[in-house]
Amino acid sequence: MKPIVEVQNLSKLYHLGATGLTSVRESLESVFGRKKPAPRPAGRMPIPDDRTGPEPNTFWALRDVSFSVQAGAVVGIVGRNGAGKSTLLKILSRITEPTSGRAILRGRVVSLLEVGTGFHPELSGRENIFLNGAILGMRRAEIAAKFDEIVDFSEVGAFIDTPVKRYSSGMFVRLAFAVAAHLDPEILLIDEVLAVGDAGFQKKCLGKMGEVATQQGRTVFFVSHNMGAVRALCEHAVLIEGGRLTRTGPPGEVISQYLAGSMSKVGEQDGAIAWEDLALAPQCPEVALRGLRLLDPTGRPSSTFEADKPVTIEITYEVLQRLRGARFTLLLLTQEGELAFAATDHLFQNELQPPGRYRTSCHIPGGLLNRRNYQVSVQCDIPGERYLLPAAEYLTFLVSGAGNQSSNFPEPWPGVVCPKLDWKVEAVGK
Amino acid sequence: MLLLADVKSAPGYELIVERSHGWLKVRWRELWDYRDLLLLLVQRDFISRYKQTLLGPLWFLLQPVLTTAVFAIVFGRFAGLPTDGIPGPLFYLCGLLAWNYFSQNITTGGATFVNNAHLFNKVYFPRILVPVSIVVANLVSFALQLVPFVLFAAFYFLSGKQGAAVLSWAVLLLPLPLLQIAALSLGVSLWMAASTAKYRDLVHLTAYLTQIWMFATPIIYPLSKVSAAWRWVVWANPMSVPVEAFRLCLLGRGTLAPPEVALSLGLTAALLISGIAVFQRVERTVVDSA
Repeated sequence: MKPIVEVQNLSKLYHLGATGLTSVRESLESVFGRKKPAPRPAGRMPIPDDRTGPEPNTFWALRDVSFSVQAGAVVGIVGRNGAGKSTLLKILSRITEPTSGRAILRGRVVSLLEVGTGFHPELSGRENIFLNGAILGMRRAEIAAKFDEIVDFSEVGAFIDTPVKRYSSGMFVRLAFAVAAHLDPEILLIDEVLAVGDAGFQKKCLGKMGEVATQQGRTVFFVSHNMGAVRALCEHAVLIEGGRLTRTGPPGEVISQYLAGSMSKVGEQDGAIAWEDLALAPQCPEVALRGLRLLDPTGRPSSTFEADKPVTIEITYEVLQRLRGARFTLLLLTQEGELAFAATDHLFQNELQPPGRYRTSCHIPGGLLNRRNYQVSVQCDIPGERYLLPAAEYLTFLVSGAGNQSSNFPEPWPGVVCPKLDWKVEAVGK
Repeated sequence: MLLLADVKSAPGYELIVERSHGWLKVRWRELWDYRDLLLLLVQRDFISRYKQTLLGPLWFLLQPVLTTAVFAIVFGRFAGLPTDGIPGPLFYLCGLLAWNYFSQNITTGGATFVNNAHLFNKVYFPRILVPVSIVVANLVSFALQLVPFVLFAAFYFLSGKQGAAVLSWAVLLLPLPLLQIAALSLGVSLWMAASTAKYRDLVHLTAYLTQIWMFATPIIYPLSKVSAAWRWVVWANPMSVPVEAFRLCLLGRGTLAPPEVALSLGLTAALLISGIAVFQRVERTVVDSA
């Protein structure tokens, strides 16, 4: 049997900066030589060498990706942010064209890159079911045949003829997912949509997806940072790193390689990374990142911390041009890419920073983090104005320890953080 | 449920996703498959538009009447522009019927990529359905705007005033110039949508363009009063002929020469075909730059 999806040497080249939404004036100026096209916009990460495109300001979002999938398979696509997962889905769902290579799809494709695409707030739930279904490529008659099932699944009941702008966000998401889950494509492409909705509904969605794949024999592509869901749902996984397909196989093996890859950065030095050469540092015309260190209470860099001990995250940066109103933001993510929290030094920053080296440190108290792996992501921006350095993960660390969260029992504990809170236990009579 | 799915998975179904080449490749089969979406987009455009206004559909009736009143005072009374012997209100209303349909189409259709960037970034469907649905949806407001015209015409007809409406079989020919306006406005929309996708600041220009275009079209003055020196403007403007044809059909007055008609139809066809080509060129990768 021919595979239902065949991807052959698929590549996608993106143009950066000036080629996007330009104005007529800029184009005329560059045509008449009054002004060179704008340099790479501020705040973009330097492009790794192997992804630089053939022309200036281009980069390979996807490079020579080939694989094939048999009908009825559920394939998880994993990789870091910016690795090219979404580009792959966008090409397969025909939102954008590949630069070279091709994909052969032997079945109808429905892509679900977002829940509720095309929902119109003024239209009723009923009208939106038909509109959304049609946008996703279904015929009116097919939607009508599924209508009652969709309404049942969404649990919106009597509100079906109310404009969706009056729906609670939960109802909205439920209805939107219900439409998508009841479509009958041969190939279903799903991108992170399960990140929405309450836990109970998420479970129901996962169940529905499993049913779609196993009982109805659909082929499902599932992009996620949620390794648990990938493990539970998928029989196959593919790993995309730096625009290339680096591994395919059973989800367990692929996930291990993915996690090993994203943790390898610590190798620079335990709990520290430094850019001695300014040319290599993440930078924009105004500011460059020079170093990042994770410090234990004795001031030594480390990548393993006790749950009840504080962690200090120290960012060293260099202001290259006088900077006004900038701030650094620390984003602490779990290994799965879920944001634990974001914190900024905005109130502690000087309004004006002349060129020179600076250091900003964030002190995370003991008894706040959970026992798990974390990724440290840093970004710099001028709020309300523009991004200088976009968020990027630079370091990872592990929080361990015998017990935290007021428990001595060393069980794995759920939650992105695990604050030590005060409890009061008292007898209140019989 | 399974039956429906089986119908779709016809053996041998194969879609190849690769970089497309060439300028004019219309996937007619695919457009036909998405015909239900076209109707639903029309429904969405119409419902959302009147639900968000205070007066609802009434607004569509009121708008040309108010504009006509302003024109009658400013251009008719103050400036004293002639109206081919047709009562002023009827003359302006007739021209506005044609013009409003055209300008509504190009204003919303021309912003197709700008207004739908989010949608286009998340799901695929033939993008051209959006401007086409706008042209179709605006037919409903066109039909609504016929109501005040018919009322005014009936009033003048019954009151038996000089130069009042002449009702003739020519009314039945009205769909022809209307069709031309639909085709022309679609062509212009596609051009505008393609250029505003790349150069967003052109959005501001389109508002001016529409305004200037109106004055270059015989809406507030009759074609017969255009002097020979300015005749080329009328020739170069493909909207002149359908507007004059509107008056010919509805009011029995107007001047049309076959060469003008032929040129106007030719320009319309050229704009439409080239519009489809540039639109397709842009739609392939437009989301990459958003």
